[in-house]
Amino acid sequence: MYKEGENETKISSGCAIAGVFSEVGEMISGGIITEAMRTMRERSNGLGGGFAGYGIYPQYKDYYAFHVFYSDKESKKACEDYLDEKFEIINLSKIPVRKNPHVTDEPLIWRYFVMPDHNLLRDSQLDEREYVARCVIKINNEIKGAYVFSSGKNMGCFKGVGYPEDIGDYFKLEEYSGYGWTAHGRYPTNTPGWWGGAHPFSLLDLSVVHNGEISSYDANRRFIEMFGYKCTLLTDTEVITYALDFLVRKKGLTMSEAAAVIAAPFWTTIENMSDERRDVCNYLRKEFPSLLMTGPFSILVGWNGGMMALNDRLKLRSMVTARNGSRAYFASEECAIRKMDENSVDFFAPRGGEPIIVTLKGEKSNPPITNLNCFAEGDI
Amino acid sequence: MSYVYADYEIKRDLTRCTTCGICVKQCFNGVHSLIETEKGVRLVSDESKCVNCHRCVSLCPSRALKIVRSDLFFRENDNWKDSVIKEIYKQAESGGVLLSSMGCPEEYPVYFDKILINASQVTNPSIDPLREPMETKVTLGKRNHEIQRDKNGHIVCNTSPRLNLELPIMFSAMSYGSISYNAHKSLALAATELGICYNTGEGGLNKDFFKYGKNTIVQVASGRFGVYKDYLEAGAAIEIKMGQGAKPGIGGHLPGAKITEDVSMTRMIPVGTDAISPAPHHDIYSIEDLKQLVFALKEATEYKKPIIVKVAAVHNIAAVASGIARSGADIIAIDGFRGGTGAAPTRIRDNVGIPIELALASVDSRLREEGIRENVSLVAGGSIRSSADVVKAIALGADAVYIGTAALVALGCHLCRNCQSGKCNWGIATQIPELVGRLEPETGSKRLVNLLTAWDHEIKEFMGGMGINSIEALKGNRLMLRGVGLNEKELAILGIKHAGE
Amino acid sequence: MKTINCEKLDFSKLGELIREEKEVELINCEGQRFIGAGTENKKIIINGVPGNGLASFMSGGEITVRGNVQDQACDTMNDGNVVIYGSAGDATGYAMRGGTIYIEGKAGYRTGIHIKEYGDKKPVIVIGETAGSFLGEYQAGGIIIVLNRKDDKSPVGFFCGTGMHGGKIVIRCAKEPKNLSPKIRIKKANEEDLKEIKRYVFKFCEYFSEDANRLLNSDFYILTPDSENPYKELYVQN
Repeated sequence: MYKEGENETKISSGCAIAGVFSEVGEMISGGIITEAMRTMRERSNGLGGGFAGYGIYPQYKDYYAFHVFYSDKESKKACEDYLDEKFEIINLSKIPVRKNPHVTDEPLIWRYFVMPDHNLLRDSQLDEREYVARCVIKINNEIKGAYVFSSGKNMGCFKGVGYPEDIGDYFKLEEYSGYGWTAHGRYPTNTPGWWGGAHPFSLLDLSVVHNGEISSYDANRRFIEMFGYKCTLLTDTEVITYALDFLVRKKGLTMSEAAAVIAAPFWTTIENMSDERRDVCNYLRKEFPSLLMTGPFSILVGWNGGMMALNDRLKLRSMVTARNGSRAYFASEECAIRKMDENSVDFFAPRGGEPIIVTLKGEKSNPPITNLNCFAEGDI
Repeated sequence: MSYVYADYEIKRDLTRCTTCGICVKQCFNGVHSLIETEKGVRLVSDESKCVNCHRCVSLCPSRALKIVRSDLFFRENDNWKDSVIKEIYKQAESGGVLLSSMGCPEEYPVYFDKILINASQVTNPSIDPLREPMETKVTLGKRNHEIQRDKNGHIVCNTSPRLNLELPIMFSAMSYGSISYNAHKSLALAATELGICYNTGEGGLNKDFFKYGKNTIVQVASGRFGVYKDYLEAGAAIEIKMGQGAKPGIGGHLPGAKITEDVSMTRMIPVGTDAISPAPHHDIYSIEDLKQLVFALKEATEYKKPIIVKVAAVHNIAAVASGIARSGADIIAIDGFRGGTGAAPTRIRDNVGIPIELALASVDSRLREEGIRENVSLVAGGSIRSSADVVKAIALGADAVYIGTAALVALGCHLCRNCQSGKCNWGIATQIPELVGRLEPETGSKRLVNLLTAWDHEIKEFMGGMGINSIEALKGNRLMLRGVGLNEKELAILGIKHAGE
Repeated sequence: MKTINCEKLDFSKLGELIREEKEVELINCEGQRFIGAGTENKKIIINGVPGNGLASFMSGGEITVRGNVQDQACDTMNDGNVVIYGSAGDATGYAMRGGTIYIEGKAGYRTGIHIKEYGDKKPVIVIGETAGSFLGEYQAGGIIIVLNRKDDKSPVGFFCGTGMHGGKIVIRCAKEPKNLSPKIRIKKANEEDLKEIKRYVFKFCEYFSEDANRLLNSDFYILTPDSENPYKELYVQN
């Protein structure tokens, strides 16, 4: 069995994805999304499933929730020593699980609610989130057997090796509720048996589930690694997550602007845009050419307060969206959405490179979202 | 008496020859001549003057001519090859430094020929470039990634100066003087039609060609020929020539014979004087001095033009490039040791410098390790021979490539490698009006446009096969390459895996 | 005339400010590079120390420096007049094609390297005292005049005029300079020869209050190349 990133072999995979988001912040049970994934079983092969829930830890919403896999007690000790040194740990516990006959060989799975150590943070001269991100990257690269697979505030990833519905059952997701959920079922082309390789892939509160294989992978990876990221898993999802983190958190782009980088409109499309959007799209494409992603992908990106669905610009993967009032649904196949909400309407397949972004009502967007959608009225 | 025997024999099929005398007129080396004999007029040839340029062969209306390798030989010796012996004779007879032209012809490894390209199967679809969009447009320059917003939060779209190209291919520097007016005009017309750039080389810009400025890169070399304010402002970018792949560390020398009236006007030096380019720029003895010239040019052109620094691929090229990337330059052009030249000392051309593939890969890797790859774009040249070489160079890390020899071959160059004589029968590397007239700029331009249009199609086919629909996604995408028959060290420098891995 | 205080100004900012003016006086200049680079018809007076690359690619106008200038002044200068009330650094006038430079004091190594002339453009560099080695290396045209006003025994250092293939170097000294390249012709200047340089000497004396008659009533030597194609025999076709 290969572990992702070992043997320096890039692993490609096909997949199923689904998501739900309540714009008014209604709490939705994780059980719903688990059931939705069951309908798309044919798209997975039992070698990976996972979920990300947003708004699931209201009682600890000001703390970073770390979900960590350990291969053994030694790695747990080493990691906890490091966490103790760098953070104030408010709460720690095993993540509760339910035995499932289809989920085996599980690692030790722990959860910590933490805050950066006040003095160390000040001395580091880093922004709080950058401090946390660096610590997470350091643990994942340097502490053997420890892997932080979730590190955001008031959100959490749950993932493992198995079919997604079994993984959802294993983590008792029906006991969590949040305003947004994304889910993933995996069909890798190698045979990795490592839990960390499942999706979502996340850094801080940014999580990505992804279906497809990007042909630009090495161009993107070699670019992003110049900025302190280390792509250790050699998966597309990892590089997409880092690219979005770089563009949005570090460079201050909006998610819509970031979409215009990774799924940039064609030059001919840009030429026909209205002045302001043409200038911005031109600028973004020329400024970040090495983050353009080609090849088939459909992704669901989650963050605190929002969710984005995005297809590659040629639309080589499936993606359907629908609505029911203030709830938005996304999935690789319509059946999954029907399963989540039989009253959903307005079924719509977003076009290639057209980001569909939903946010919590009342959340202030700063900077303002420039609509860079290349399909906006008047362009085609 | 000379011991140097002719390399070629001229075969004239007398059953076909009509003694029309076209070969006599076509050959400026004076190989053919008409003589009167008792039996009438006949044609004879002096093969010692033949350079094997095929001009007479191509123009002979009855196809009576053929040039073959002379089978006269020295006793076989793998160490003392015929060429080595002949070169010693030449030097013993003249006391001169051996002078050659075009790129190094010797048997060193061509790494491009040991690299294979990937294609998609199942996990990722290939794309049909004839039906689906496929983009090969590139912009070269610095990318600082600093997003600025106005008071309304909108992005301020001010980029550093850029060079926009419809294809990732440019014509590399060849000066007016080393090549002809018509050759320059062919390049300028083709670059304009293709939406790319040609390069003036170090010989200034003829006033007739200022109108192609948008598609022109103007070069500033150590001799500063033809460099003045209007020239600097005429082009789309300014290239500082620090070195040339064919003769790293060596200056240039255009003999006075080639400084005709028009070349003199363009170079801004008197007719008939030698145009000597010193080996170094005498204001650049160190890397901080390069920064000074870069900014002097930026100040003189009000920061509107991207500055290219062209260097020869030498042993410490990665460190050199790292220095240039911090000098304020916007683009680095690296010229491999097989790059062409109008004239270079043979020994230098054939023994100094390193292959472009290794230089490019190591520069791209080093700049990324240091986090400064976005400070500059990389242009690779010397020698790019086909669309496959272009794809491989870009996947190794180039933003675009320069072609020189390939462009000249498209114009009719037969690679006889005698540019230094100034008697190019194809009208390319010459200033003799009668020869220059043989190259018709419209025809030349059409041939160049044909070549690059074909290459563009081929590049798109490669990209489609890899499932890539924009050239940006190919840049530095080394996973798309595999080596064959390369050792571990070579693979490590190229940053690619072996085929089968 | 507008005055700009250069203190703590970035060179690119200073360049921007100068571009806006026709005539300008700079005070407290503290090494800002490229002053007057690429300008065409400005009058600039500099107090303090201008940085390297002064008047690079300058195409006309007048620059006066009240003090010394650093290295690589007047690189590829095409036209205009630069008057330096002090000394100049290395490679002054590199590849200069036209215009004049008057240096009150000394000039550094490789002054006038690769200067050339073309048509009505003929660069002239007048050096009040002495020049460093490699004066006029690769010189292809124009005139370099070394006035040696303090009568130094070695007015031009070593390797003067190596690779020279055009133009002339005029040196005021009592004895013929030694160690010249064999490809250089040297002769003592006669009345006819001095005629050509007289107006530059007078101008120099006007700027720097020197006695023109004293200077002109001395011996001058003139260096010229012995061929315009010094390297013709160097190569053999291969």
